[in-house]
Amino acid sequence: MLNVSNLHAAVDGKEILKGLSLEVPAGQVHAIMGPNGAGKSTLSYVLTGRDGYEITGGTATLDGEDLLALSPDERAARGVFLSFQYPLEIPGVPALTFIRTALNAQRRARGEAEISAPEFLKLARAKSADLKIDFDMLKRALNVGFSGGEKKRMEILQMAMLSPRFLILDETDSGLDIDALRIVSDGVNALRSPERAMLVITHYQRLLDYIKPDRVHVLSGGRIVASGGPELAHELEREGYERYEKAAA
Amino acid sequence: MSLAAAIRDRDVAELPGKRDEDWRWTDLRGLIRTLPEPSQPFEGDVGEGPFDALTADSRVLVNGGDVTIAMGANEDAAVALRLVSRGAGAHAARVTVVVGEAARLRLFESYESEGASVSQASLTISLAAGATLERIVLTAEDAEAVSVSQAEVQLAPKSQYSQTVIASGARRQRLETRVLHPGGHATLRLDGIYLLADKRHSDQTTVVTHASVDGTTVQLTKGVVRDQARGVFQGRIVVEEGADRTDARMGHHALILSDRAEVDAKPELEIYADDVACAHGNTVGALDEDALFYARQRGMSEPEARALLTEAFIGEVVDRIEHEGARDVVRAWAAERLRA
Repeated sequence: MLNVSNLHAAVDGKEILKGLSLEVPAGQVHAIMGPNGAGKSTLSYVLTGRDGYEITGGTATLDGEDLLALSPDERAARGVFLSFQYPLEIPGVPALTFIRTALNAQRRARGEAEISAPEFLKLARAKSADLKIDFDMLKRALNVGFSGGEKKRMEILQMAMLSPRFLILDETDSGLDIDALRIVSDGVNALRSPERAMLVITHYQRLLDYIKPDRVHVLSGGRIVASGGPELAHELEREGYERYEKAAA
Repeated sequence: MSLAAAIRDRDVAELPGKRDEDWRWTDLRGLIRTLPEPSQPFEGDVGEGPFDALTADSRVLVNGGDVTIAMGANEDAAVALRLVSRGAGAHAARVTVVVGEAARLRLFESYESEGASVSQASLTISLAAGATLERIVLTAEDAEAVSVSQAEVQLAPKSQYSQTVIASGARRQRLETRVLHPGGHATLRLDGIYLLADKRHSDQTTVVTHASVDGTTVQLTKGVVRDQARGVFQGRIVVEEGADRTDARMGHHALILSDRAEVDAKPELEIYADDVACAHGNTVGALDEDALFYARQRGMSEPEARALLTEAFIGEVVDRIEHEGARDVVRAWAAERLRA
């Protein structure tokens, strides 16, 4: 599925990713943990093609296709989805309109027919019920005036409706209380399948109690400095990142 | 100094220009070296107007002329007023609108030109006590046309006047509204939209004078300019001495989508009363790059994401149009231009 090899990336001439390598096979969930400033968000933006991140070396492929050569929307059409740490507010665009526009854009890009209005509404009703989102909320401007938890739920709703193949969750647990965390995690777990893979980026181990990873990687100083099973997350929670920061320095 | 006088006297010296403070961004004197011949009467078919689906009562002036729309007390009507220009001549139109006590008028006004005409429309609009008028102005002008519309509006206590001007510009276009606001719980909404491309120019100028107590004015204009287009917004609200408890809010916000496009804005509040609530806000900028990336990450192409966000920006003004049919016409008009 995802294959990242010796990736280097810079922002404003400052190198943030310094030879990052990572492999996430289909059907697996990998967690990326690391201290603040390690490059976690940079990795998510580089994989999704945000402007302002200069790739200075290395490769990133999805099922063998060069991701870095594609525009953000081309990557989305191939199934790459990023759940944002800070979802954007889109004044004047109802959530339903935004999601339908995105879904149809992806379908067109893949040469598929657009979704019909009744079919779309049926899907939106079903998925919002799963995530305990009041359907009327989808008629409001996307994320405008929503609480932190509501915004995160809207991210997972979009994920469920767009049905991506490779999911990146950037600090999805921040701003969630324990009930919301359970709802969001159930939504994410429902998307686990043999054809999909996920990269869960988090600072804290808490989220990984709900979304159980197959592998855990420690990102420090722009590189993966350690990898292991789920037990590595618990070790990090106990002992902190200090020894990895020293290793990276 | 006015275009109407210049056309009447065939004298370019009467054209307003840079030296007139109110016209410094819409210089007609520097633009028009000689006035064209007076327009010939036009006998051909002028086609459909943009609001034909909303009313059967249509008044059409082709290449100038006079018309009066008068409504008696308690009457209710919707009227389409089409100011049509054909050919490359000069002409002027005069329009009188009278809305009687407690009457209600929906006025759908359009400026439609083909050819390099030079035209002026002068409107006198008066509302009696308790009258309601919603005026929707939409322009479809030739890229070579010069067009000026000037409306003088007189409100009465407890009347309600709402206006939305939707402009796509011309070689030079000026849409001016001056309102005498008597207070007395009369309410005024004065909105505008401009979507400009190529080398088009559009100027929306408003002057509201609050003469007495308890008046309300809300104003919101939004514009989008691209290519080498130029948008002008001049809004002035004057609150005269003693016009206490006036509540006036003015907003102008513009998006500039290319380096060579330009927006000139002058919002002004002149307040001579003590007990008032007045505010104005003015912003000019580019589309939010973070929102653009967010929409693209979800699969929208860059042009599609830009169109969606720009439509949403304009949508706030469109949503304030009270007449549902007119709102749909304007929304479709904006979508067509932004997705072109």
